[in-house]
Amino acid sequence: MFDLVRKLTIFFIMIAIPIILHASERKFNLGKIATKTEIAGWDIDVRPDGMGAPIGSGNAIDGEEVYAEQCASCHGDFGEGLDRWPELVGGEDSLDTYDPVKTTGSYWPYASTMYDYIYRAMPFGVAQSLTHDETYRVVAYLLYMNEIIEEDFVLNDKNIGKIKMPNVEGFLLPDPRPDIANLNGKPCMKNCVSPTKIIGKARDIDVTPEDEKS
Amino acid sequence: MKKNKKKNIKINRRELLAGTASFGAIALTTKVVNSQEANPNNLPPNVPEWTAELGTGVDANPYGMPSEFEKNVIRRNVEWLTASTESSVNFTPIQDLEGIITPNGLCFERHHGGVSIINPKDYRLMINGLVDREMIFTLDDLKRFPQTNKFYFLECAANGGMEWKGSQLNGCQYTFGMVHNVQYTGVKLSDLILETGIKPKAKWVLAEGSDSSGMTRSIPIEKILDDCMIAWAMNGEALRSEQGYPVRLVVPGWEGNMWVKWLRRLEFGDMPYMTREETSKYTDLLPDGKARMFTWVMDAKSVVTSPSPEKAILKKGVHQLRGLAWSGRGKIKRVDVSLDGGKNWETAKLHDPVLSKSLARFTLPFEWNGQELLVQSRAIDETNYVQPTIQELQKLRGVNSIYHNNSIATWKVNKDGTVDNVRLG
Repeated sequence: MFDLVRKLTIFFIMIAIPIILHASERKFNLGKIATKTEIAGWDIDVRPDGMGAPIGSGNAIDGEEVYAEQCASCHGDFGEGLDRWPELVGGEDSLDTYDPVKTTGSYWPYASTMYDYIYRAMPFGVAQSLTHDETYRVVAYLLYMNEIIEEDFVLNDKNIGKIKMPNVEGFLLPDPRPDIANLNGKPCMKNCVSPTKIIGKARDIDVTPEDEKS
Repeated sequence: MKKNKKKNIKINRRELLAGTASFGAIALTTKVVNSQEANPNNLPPNVPEWTAELGTGVDANPYGMPSEFEKNVIRRNVEWLTASTESSVNFTPIQDLEGIITPNGLCFERHHGGVSIINPKDYRLMINGLVDREMIFTLDDLKRFPQTNKFYFLECAANGGMEWKGSQLNGCQYTFGMVHNVQYTGVKLSDLILETGIKPKAKWVLAEGSDSSGMTRSIPIEKILDDCMIAWAMNGEALRSEQGYPVRLVVPGWEGNMWVKWLRRLEFGDMPYMTREETSKYTDLLPDGKARMFTWVMDAKSVVTSPSPEKAILKKGVHQLRGLAWSGRGKIKRVDVSLDGGKNWETAKLHDPVLSKSLARFTLPFEWNGQELLVQSRAIDETNYVQPTIQELQKLRGVNSIYHNNSIATWKVNKDGTVDNVRLG
């Protein structure tokens, strides 16, 4: 008898009370519970660890055709970027130069992000039109063009979170700002040391749009 | 009866694409000098024409538009910057605005997949992930939550991004105009999540737009619960489509890219999602090739809006220098102005109201007698942060950061009253 009381007491303290406390009440009774089907249609994000990657696969050999049909008209046959559309290939060893080239190969830290972005937003203007397999193929093709995987490597939902991108260690956290000298709200007011020589003029660069004359 | 002229702007992408290279070569600045002469018939002692005859009646413009004489007060873009107008930016004409409120039609636009047009009846907000209840809300549901009304500035992280390496664009609008300031009406996320509950493991929220770019950003839960809100109105009316109608996220003081427009989903998770917009973009490249990530706060900044490259000084004598200041860390405490390139400073007048994470207006009277001036302004916020020079930022961050250039700009007033964006060194 005592044993039963003790067991019941332990049950309430250890299990029932935390459940009651945790499962918060709805406060306003607004909105509706989302169904699994509704969530599945909209929850398309893919995390760096691969969570959210839909079932599917593809390699670079098959990806070349998808790329040529869906991507090359803006990004160029070799990912070089036409007009001002983004470059996708190359740029290695350029990040610390005067003209860095940020591509999926030289800059992007995660392959998952490539999948996520290409599926949700590409081709430009035809969002979410690629199949999952097509998306894996085109990501594989870009990884291959950037010499990150072999041509016949089969990229899929299980391994996309494990691809090691060249620049994965290239990002700094946390934000160190304010990173400037702390003047404690009291900057120099009179006869301050300040550069006053004009070393550049936007007028001379001459790239400012001009209003049409009416 | 005068007709209200509506400009029907059609986007011809191919035309723009073809023209991107040549636009770069177009000459000089938007020097707006008011050269229109007055009509003597309308001046004293004569009776002007608008007095001698009736004006238009009510309802001539069921939705009122600015005076036809204000046609130059418009958003402008720099076409050579981007490959298409659907993934591009334009700029608020801050040099032509007064006070601290940006009119809705002049708030700069930044889209990554064009402007989505959404019937509010078809609008749904989904909340899923590490919550007690995964839920869907209609716009009507959202409007039944407790309401909040707040003024906040929104600044693109790339505002002034073209000026890192030197003075490039000869305009106040083009160098500081990726900012606007409106009053938002909406529901605080800390109230909204009372309905879904959140699990203890939830540390990050993925905010996702329903536009063609499916814009996504990760936001830490502390910020979400602090002051983030979901807004459906700006300056008293429904959001404009280009600002996310019917619903956008408001992330006070933080970079504009996070204020997801056409918001369709908030997913609660236990780690950041590392989306394209917080890895490939909106990261700040340093000289050693490493890049800062998650640089969310917009540091204190100010700009003199007049005189400025668009606002030449037309006459000798007294003038009112006007400008704007803001800080993502709180209220503006003080703004100093220099007319000699930063050697000597004078404190400007800050006008009420001075609100946290909102634009503040400053003015300072000055005399101009045809001499050259090097005009600067310097903001100090309530954390005692002092707006830096470009040299100070370059020393720490190089010239390839693109984002978070909050440095002091210099406008050179020439002897003829025209004004240039210049770099001092």
